[in-house]
Amino acid sequence: MNMAEPMGFYTDTTVCIGCKACEVACKEWNQLPSTNGGQNTLSGDSYDNTRRLDGLHWRHVKFVEQFTEDRGEGRWLLMSDVCKHCVQAACLEVCPTNAIIRTEFDTVVIQSDACNGCRDCITACPFGVIDINPVSGTAQKCTLCYDRLQTGMEPACSKACPTDSIQFGTISDLRGRAQKRVEQLQQGGEKRAYLYGADEKMLGGLNSFFLLVDKPEVYGLPPDPKMPTRNLVPGTLFSMLGAVLVGLIGIFNFRNRGARAREETRL
Amino acid sequence: MNGIPSSTYFTAPPDWGWLIVFYFFFGGLAGGCYFIAVLIDFFGRPEDRPLARLGYLISFPCLIISGILLTVDLYRPERFWHMLIESNTLQPMFKYWSPMSVGSWSLLIFGIFSFLSFLSALADSGRVTWSGARRLRPPGTIGGIISIIGGLFAFYVAGYTGVLLAVTNRPIWSDSPLLGMLFVISAASISAALMILLAERNRWTMPGIADLHRMDVWVLALELIVLIAFLISLGPVFRAWFSVWGVVLLLGVVVLGMLVPLSLSWRRQWLGGLNATATAALVLIGGFILRMAIVLGAEAV
Repeated sequence: MNMAEPMGFYTDTTVCIGCKACEVACKEWNQLPSTNGGQNTLSGDSYDNTRRLDGLHWRHVKFVEQFTEDRGEGRWLLMSDVCKHCVQAACLEVCPTNAIIRTEFDTVVIQSDACNGCRDCITACPFGVIDINPVSGTAQKCTLCYDRLQTGMEPACSKACPTDSIQFGTISDLRGRAQKRVEQLQQGGEKRAYLYGADEKMLGGLNSFFLLVDKPEVYGLPPDPKMPTRNLVPGTLFSMLGAVLVGLIGIFNFRNRGARAREETRL
Repeated sequence: MNGIPSSTYFTAPPDWGWLIVFYFFFGGLAGGCYFIAVLIDFFGRPEDRPLARLGYLISFPCLIISGILLTVDLYRPERFWHMLIESNTLQPMFKYWSPMSVGSWSLLIFGIFSFLSFLSALADSGRVTWSGARRLRPPGTIGGIISIIGGLFAFYVAGYTGVLLAVTNRPIWSDSPLLGMLFVISAASISAALMILLAERNRWTMPGIADLHRMDVWVLALELIVLIAFLISLGPVFRAWFSVWGVVLLLGVVVLGMLVPLSLSWRRQWLGGLNATATAALVLIGGFILRMAIVLGAEAV
């Protein structure tokens, strides 16, 4: 595989207007059907009726309302959420069928024809991105429009975004742009602006990173996402210890009496 | 973190429900009954051989049930073989760092050994006439090798499900490394309990039943200690149990499945002849509720 330069998304949440054009473009390009045959109900949670990322929604615009009790002061936080295409991808790591692959663009894609719907990737993703598509019966998520990238096109969501809240490009270029935007915001008085997942500290770097102006958890993002295999060695060692203890208890209970019985038989 | 105890709270539930609860239960019995049978074969009295035979006879059917449950739980059951053969390349599919991948292979390999021991147990009880089948279990070199390798895989099958849950990012499951240990020990307690129940039902009187009962009490006490250690190791995530599943865990597992059986074992006069049967039945029920609370409790977070 010839590696292209790593590609990804930079999402500047401060210019998102919550229009959901990204959600619509994603659904249209990827031919994702509506929920429940279009009989969707209202969530009652602000303007968010998509609710969460799942097998049928690979983009999700979050609406966070921060208002005082008397609603005299407040602000909206809007964020178009998507798969983070982690450099160290938890889903890819645990997938037992190799259905999840890393592409030449350093993005993470689920091959639907190889997935058997075991859902291990759903448990592993620290961001809650993946879910089963009820139509295909396989785990699905954003592909960063792999098919469009292969023909030199831009992903549907960033192409449709009217405010450039979602920007697509090479990771190095996006990081540069994002850093300048943070500096601009801070100079303008928005001291809370920072980048989430733009460096290697978080899972080796998120190829889809965000500019935020509040704590990650306010946006429904984990402050400290981890790899699932952190528990593999300690979990295995403790299991072995359990097996040894059970074995010893068994041997202790059967051996003495068995040996004694054999001794008695011999006598 | 705005009152959120762990980063694991931002993940999505995988919809692992009753099929997986039953799989964990039958998988635990398949592994547990096999390794107890091996222990009896190697260290027990000659007259306890029927008890070991019973273990092999339980193990293989439970493993078959486990395989069916696992396959049916897949959203694309017809692709179950993708776990073993990579569908794109038709090369063997194996990831040593993925418990689900290693577990799939272990179930297959353990299935072979469990089947051989099952055959020998059938031959032992006169239901298979092929004389060679008797050599598939100890004493004897071939039987010894089969039992040792099968026994090691049995331990793995009994415990890997706990490690599999730990190697995720879900609350409770991945917030402690002790689930695998808990599942291995629980597999031993429920398997010993089931073997005691069936032996009592057959009105067997061999002395190994008392040994098995004694072993079950020790294992149950160890299981209680490990369960407490598991809950403590959750740290702030412990409060995930402040729910209906916490009540189920406390009453169904700790009280009904552990404290009551332990009390019955120490106070044998309480139920007289019924004591051993009641103890074993409660341990078996408690083991099932343990798996139910851990699987469904985390699903509900």
